[in-house]
Amino acid sequence: MSTTVRPTSRTPSDVGRAAWFFLAPALLLIFVFFFLPVLASLVLSVTDFDIYAIANPPTTRFVGMANYTKLFHSPEFWQALKNTFYFAIVGGPLTIAVSLATALLLNAKLVRFKSFFRTIYFTPFVTTLVAVSIVWRYLYHTRYGVLNYALAHLGIAPIDWLGNPHWAMPAIILMSVWKNFGYNMLIFIAGLQAIPQDLYDAAEIDGAGPVRRFFAVTLPLLGPTLLFVSVITMIGYFQLFSEPYVMTQGGPLRATTSVVLMMYEEGFRWWRMGYAASIAFVLFVVILIATLIQFRIQKEHV
Amino acid sequence: MSRTNPRFVARGSGKTTEDYLPGAVGGAAGGFGRADSARTRRRVSQIVLYVLLIIGALIALMPMLWMLSASFMPTGEASTYPPHFIPSRITFSHYADLFTRLNLGRYLFNSALIAVVVTGVSLVINSLAGYAFAKLRFRGRDRAFRILSLGLVLPVQVAMLPLFLLMKNLHLINTYWGVIIPGMASIFGIFLIRQYALSIPDDMLDAARIDGASELRIYWSVVVPGILPILATLAIWTFLATWNDFMWPLIVLSDEAHYTLPVALANLSGEHVQDTELMMAGSVLTVIPVLAVFLFLQRYYIQGVMAGSVKG
Amino acid sequence: MRRNVPRPVLIPALVFSGFLLTLSVESCSTASAGNNTTLRIWAMGREGEVLSQLMPGFEKEHPDIHVEVQQIPWTAAHEKLLTAYVGDATPDIAMLGNTWVPEFVALNSLAPLDSFADKSKEIRRDDFFSGIWKTNVVDGKTYGIPWYVDTRLIFYRSDLLAKAGYKEFPKTWADWTAAMKKMKSQMSDKQFPLLMPTNEWPQPVMFALEAGSPILRDGGRYGAFEQPPFKKGFDFYLGLYQQGFASPVSSSQVSNLFQEFERGNIAMYISGPWYIGEFKNRLDSATQKKWMTAAMPGINGPGTSLALGSSLSLFAASQHKKEAWLLMEYMSRPAIQLQFYVLTGDLPPRKAAWQDTTFANNKYTRAFRDQLERVEPLPQVPEWEEIATTIFEHGEQAIRRAKTEDQTLASLDQDVNAMLEKRRYLLAQAKRP
Repeated sequence: MSTTVRPTSRTPSDVGRAAWFFLAPALLLIFVFFFLPVLASLVLSVTDFDIYAIANPPTTRFVGMANYTKLFHSPEFWQALKNTFYFAIVGGPLTIAVSLATALLLNAKLVRFKSFFRTIYFTPFVTTLVAVSIVWRYLYHTRYGVLNYALAHLGIAPIDWLGNPHWAMPAIILMSVWKNFGYNMLIFIAGLQAIPQDLYDAAEIDGAGPVRRFFAVTLPLLGPTLLFVSVITMIGYFQLFSEPYVMTQGGPLRATTSVVLMMYEEGFRWWRMGYAASIAFVLFVVILIATLIQFRIQKEHV
Repeated sequence: MSRTNPRFVARGSGKTTEDYLPGAVGGAAGGFGRADSARTRRRVSQIVLYVLLIIGALIALMPMLWMLSASFMPTGEASTYPPHFIPSRITFSHYADLFTRLNLGRYLFNSALIAVVVTGVSLVINSLAGYAFAKLRFRGRDRAFRILSLGLVLPVQVAMLPLFLLMKNLHLINTYWGVIIPGMASIFGIFLIRQYALSIPDDMLDAARIDGASELRIYWSVVVPGILPILATLAIWTFLATWNDFMWPLIVLSDEAHYTLPVALANLSGEHVQDTELMMAGSVLTVIPVLAVFLFLQRYYIQGVMAGSVKG
Repeated sequence: MRRNVPRPVLIPALVFSGFLLTLSVESCSTASAGNNTTLRIWAMGREGEVLSQLMPGFEKEHPDIHVEVQQIPWTAAHEKLLTAYVGDATPDIAMLGNTWVPEFVALNSLAPLDSFADKSKEIRRDDFFSGIWKTNVVDGKTYGIPWYVDTRLIFYRSDLLAKAGYKEFPKTWADWTAAMKKMKSQMSDKQFPLLMPTNEWPQPVMFALEAGSPILRDGGRYGAFEQPPFKKGFDFYLGLYQQGFASPVSSSQVSNLFQEFERGNIAMYISGPWYIGEFKNRLDSATQKKWMTAAMPGINGPGTSLALGSSLSLFAASQHKKEAWLLMEYMSRPAIQLQFYVLTGDLPPRKAAWQDTTFANNKYTRAFRDQLERVEPLPQVPEWEEIATTIFEHGEQAIRRAKTEDQTLASLDQDVNAMLEKRRYLLAQAKRP
C-alpha cells in the first residue's frame, strides 16, 4: 500500500466523487442499454408478446412458463440446440488445435519472417464475416466451387456442401475454423513466449524427447492460456448466427439453424417476441453452464 | 474439455509434430550428435517448417485471392468448370455497377460514419471508466466491478429483443444513433483499459494531485499518454468490430439509406445470388477498409491481443 | 507536461468531429426541402428496379412531388416491412404481396382506400379482375390497389419437350408425368426435367388447391393438412421428387439457373410472369427460340394456380396521403401499366390494358391470360407468411424422407394450429359483446 502523505486538499471522498463522474457515462449506458434489456427479456419471456401486441399492447397475455414448455417440446428447438452444440464442440477444439499448431510453428526458433506469416495467418480473422460467408458459399458450390475441384484431384466425388444436411454444418465449421484460428494463435504465441527456456533445457537434460517436453513443459504451462482461449472460443461459438443466415438460411432441413438464428427468426421475422425471449434466456443459461464446466475441468487438471 | 492432441499430421507433408518440433519447443535439438548431422537436421527442419508455413499461408489467403480474382471476371466466368483462378480478361464493370446502380458509396459512408463515431466516443467513455476502476478508490468499487464482469458472460443477443423495443420507443429505429448508442460503452473495453491502467504508478498520480491538478486533468495529462498503446489497440479493435457488426444493424436498420456495408451486402446477396462476380466485388469493397486499417496498425493491435491475454 | 496535442491525434480528431457534424446535419435534413413533397415508396425485386424508370414521367406531371424508390429483395421484404412498421419508419407507399395485406391490416398499419377509390376517375373498380381486387378487401374495406397480377405456370424448353414426343404441353397430371419420364430417360444423371426448389411454398400449395383443398378450415382457425384433398396434392408434389423428375435442391444452391436452362440441365421451371422478362434478357440467342410458357396441368384437364400479385398500399402513418394517391392513380393508368409490363413482363390487373395489341401478339403471355381464368386465392390470415414457410419446411422433411408423408402432414397440422392459437383467441374475444 502506498505510504505517501495524502495532500490535505484532496480527500478520499473528493476522489470518490470524481470517480463516479468518470464512471457515470459508461455505467449508465451499460445499464440502460444492456442490463435492463436483459432483465426485460426475462419478463418478456413469460408473456405472449407478438405482432398483435405490438399493434395493440393490451392483447398481451401473461403466460407463465408456457413459452418454456413449448420450447422444450419443440423439435425445432432441440435441433437448433443440437446444431449449436455440434458447432461449438467440434469447431471449438478444432479451432484451438489449429491455433496451437500455427502458434507452435511460428514460435519455432528456426523460423524467420515471423511477423510476416503472423500477419497473413491473422488476416482471415479481421475480414468481415458476411463478405467471407458469401465468398465461401461460392467456394462450396457443388459443381463450380473450388473446393470440390480440389477434392476431384484427390479422387473424391463432389460433395454437396451446403445442400446435404450431413455436410452443411461441417462446411460451416470448416469456414469458421479458417476464419477464427488467427486470434487464438496470437494468444498462444504470447503464452508460448512466456515459458522460460530453462524449463525446456532442464527437461532435455533429464532425457525428455520433444513429445515428452511438449506434454511435460509446454502444455501444463499453457494451462491458464488454454482455459482462457477455450472459454472465449466456446462463448463465441455458441452465438453462431451470421454464417447460417448468409450461407444456408438455417437449412438444409434446418441442419444449420443455430439457437441464435432460431431466436432471430421467431423474434424478428415472425415477431413472437415472448417466445424468442425464452430462447434467448435458455441460450444464456447454456453458455453459463458450459463456462462453469470448463472452469471446473481445468481446475481439476491444472 | 479434452487436451489438444499434438499428434496431428501436418498438412500434406506426412510428417508429425515431433519430427520438426525439436528445434522449436525444446531448444537446440541435435546437441547429442556430431556438429554436421546436427546442422543438416536443422536445415531439414527449417525447410519443412517453411513449407508448412507457406502451405498454411496459401490456405489462409486462398479464399480472398479467389474473391479478388472473381471480382474482375466477366459475368458468368466464375460459374464454370473447371473453375478459373485468373480472369480471362479484367473488367471493372462490377465495381462500376456497385457504385452507380447499387449505391455502394452510400453504404461505405454509413459504415465509416458509424465506425468512426463509435470508436471515438467509446474510447473516451471506456477509458474514463477503466481508469476509475483501476486507480480511483471509492466505495463499492470492487463490488461494482464484479457485477460488471458478470456482463461478460451474458450473450448480447439476450438483450436484443427488448433493446429493439426500447429503441422503438425512443424513435431510434432506422437511425444512425440506433446503431451507435449501444456501442458507446463496452464492458470488454473497460476491462482492457483497467488491466493496463493498473500498471500506472500511484506516485505519479499522487504527485499530480499534490500539484493541485483536478482528477480530470490528471486523466487527460497523465493517464491518457500513459495508456496510449492500449488505447490504440482498443481503437482498432472497436473500429473493426463496429465495421464488421452484422446482427444488430440488420435488426435496427430497415431503410437502405442507412445500411452499413455488411447489411447491404447480405441484402444484395439475397437479390443477386445469380451474380457471383458482382457479389465478389461487393465483398472486396467491404473487406478492403478493415484490412487496410489492420495492416497499417497491426503492431498495436497484435501487441494488445497478446499483452491482454498474458496478464489475463 | 505536454501542452500541444500530438499530431497523430489531431487527424483522427478532425475526422471524428467531421463525422459528428455529418450526423447532426443528417438528422436535420430528413425534413422535406421547401414546397416539395418527397414520397417514399418501397418495392421488391425487378419491379423495384424498374419503378425508378417510371418515376420521371410522374414527376414531370407533378413538379412539386419527388419520389424516392427503395428496392428490397423478396427474401428480406417481409421482415423489413414489419421492422419498419414496428420502428415507425414506414414509407408512404409499399408494394405488398397480396397475401400480406391481411397481415398489415391486422396491425392497423394500412389506410383504407375506399374514400379515394370512390371519388377517383382514374381507378374504376369494375375494370380490375374482380378476383384480384377481392384479395385486397378485408372486412369490407379496400386496403390495396392491385398493381400487377401474378400466377405461376410452367416455363419450358420446347425443343426438349418435342424430343420426348410432345408438341404441346401436357394438360393433365398423368400426361405431364409421362412426359417427364420420357425426358428423364433422355437426360444424364445430373440433369433433371423440372427445377422445383424445395424451399418454395407456391408449388405444394398450388397442387393442393388443384385437388380442392382450402389449406385452412373454419374461417382460417385450423389447418386442413391431414384432410384428403391436401394429401392428394401433396402426394403429387412429393412424387415429382421421388420419381427423379426434380432434384431436391434449395433455391440458393442454383448458382445460375439461366445457364442451367441454356445447357439443358433443366427443362422446366415453375415461375411467374416476371420471368418472361428475365428469360428474354438473360438467355443466350440460341436458347431464345427454344422456350415457351404453358398453363399448369390439372388432375382432369387444365389446372388451378395461385391468385397472387402485388398491390400498392398506403401506410396509415403517411404524412402525404393525397400525393401518394396521385402516384397510385398514375401507376394504375392502362398506358403506364403497359409500359410497366414491357419493362418487367408483369401482367396488368386492368382489363383495359389487356385489350392492347401488345398482349394479342405476345405468345408468352397467352398462357398467363389463360391461367388467370383458373386462379384460387389463398387464406386471408395475418399468419399466412409464417404458415407458408412452415409448409415448405415440413415439405422438405418429407422430400428427404426424414419423415413419412403422414407424419409430415400431422406435424403440419399441429404446428399451424399452434400458430393460429392467438387468432382463435382474438376472434373468440371479438365475438363476446
